[in-house]
Amino acid sequence: MRLTGLQKILWAAAGLALLGYGALLLVAEPTPAPLAEAPFRPNFTLPDADGRLRSSADFAGKHTLVFFGFTNCPDVCPTTLAEVAQVMDDLGDQAGQVQPLFISVDPERDRRLGLSEFTTAFHPSILGLAGDAAQTRAAADSFRIHFAREDDAAAPDGYSMSHSPALYLIGPEGDWLRQFTYGTPAAEILADLQSRL
Amino acid sequence: MKPTILSAFFALTAFPALACESFTVGDLTIDHAWSRATIGADRPGVFYVEITNAGASDDALIGIATPAAGMPMLHETTVTDGVASMPHAMSVPVPAGQTVQLAPGGYHGMLMGLTVALKEGDSFPATLTFQNAGDVTINVEVLSLRAEGPDCAHAGQ
Repeated sequence: MRLTGLQKILWAAAGLALLGYGALLLVAEPTPAPLAEAPFRPNFTLPDADGRLRSSADFAGKHTLVFFGFTNCPDVCPTTLAEVAQVMDDLGDQAGQVQPLFISVDPERDRRLGLSEFTTAFHPSILGLAGDAAQTRAAADSFRIHFAREDDAAAPDGYSMSHSPALYLIGPEGDWLRQFTYGTPAAEILADLQSRL
Repeated sequence: MKPTILSAFFALTAFPALACESFTVGDLTIDHAWSRATIGADRPGVFYVEITNAGASDDALIGIATPAAGMPMLHETTVTDGVASMPHAMSVPVPAGQTVQLAPGGYHGMLMGLTVALKEGDSFPATLTFQNAGDVTINVEVLSLRAEGPDCAHAGQ
């Protein structure tokens, strides 16, 4: 059967109308809940202070509390790690279900200054990770966070680091659960964790 | 932080500590000078303080000097679009009739080139230079690595 030009146009119009109707149904269909977003699962592979590679999958089953910082930072980083330490102490028996991680955004200098010496001074449970430049950038990108080296003649070694100062909470399946903005009191972080454990 | 609850608690438990000393110069009162213990001497220390200007004219903190560090400087932690950075602050304004704090997450002294590691319980002198009021030397108490501030009965934090 041969279709005339007009018939082709009509069939095409009918097809388009059908597609349009279908699209309308999809859009208009009252969905019970927003379409489940694919879980946001940050991932990383970074060496610890002993050079052993640790990746996000190693912490499956635990909540992880992740902070990106640098050990030469006198204000924000110690303040936040002190809060994490307080949270870990206050968790008591449940502390084993939470793994705090300190990911260095200044890995070369932090390795030289001593990474585990720094993290354990706050709390022995805090695991410090410091990779090479590419590993560090990949980890930060995966958490969708920012860090940058800021040249500053007045800073030690001539530079400082700017970085996202929040704490990130990752669930036992690796899903990003929430962030605690800088300055969130330890008691609030503790209460949130206790409600999940 | 629930300041009222915390300070009530501290009022019951704390002994007056060095960081609770007050110093005055002109119309300025300087309280709660403290620092945090450091891990070794290779990383910078920090300096926090509270300055009240009871006078009628504005002043500004323009410098800090201390034998504890070769290169102490004023800095300000700023969080812009979710990113924290720590620019050098040329001066910290101390407006007339107001109290300003150098406190975690804001203005602070950065003590670079520490001469020795700062240990909890130690103290060291620091000389603050104000634009109008001039110089005043105060004692700075070193608190624990985890401290959030001194436990003074009258702490206004």
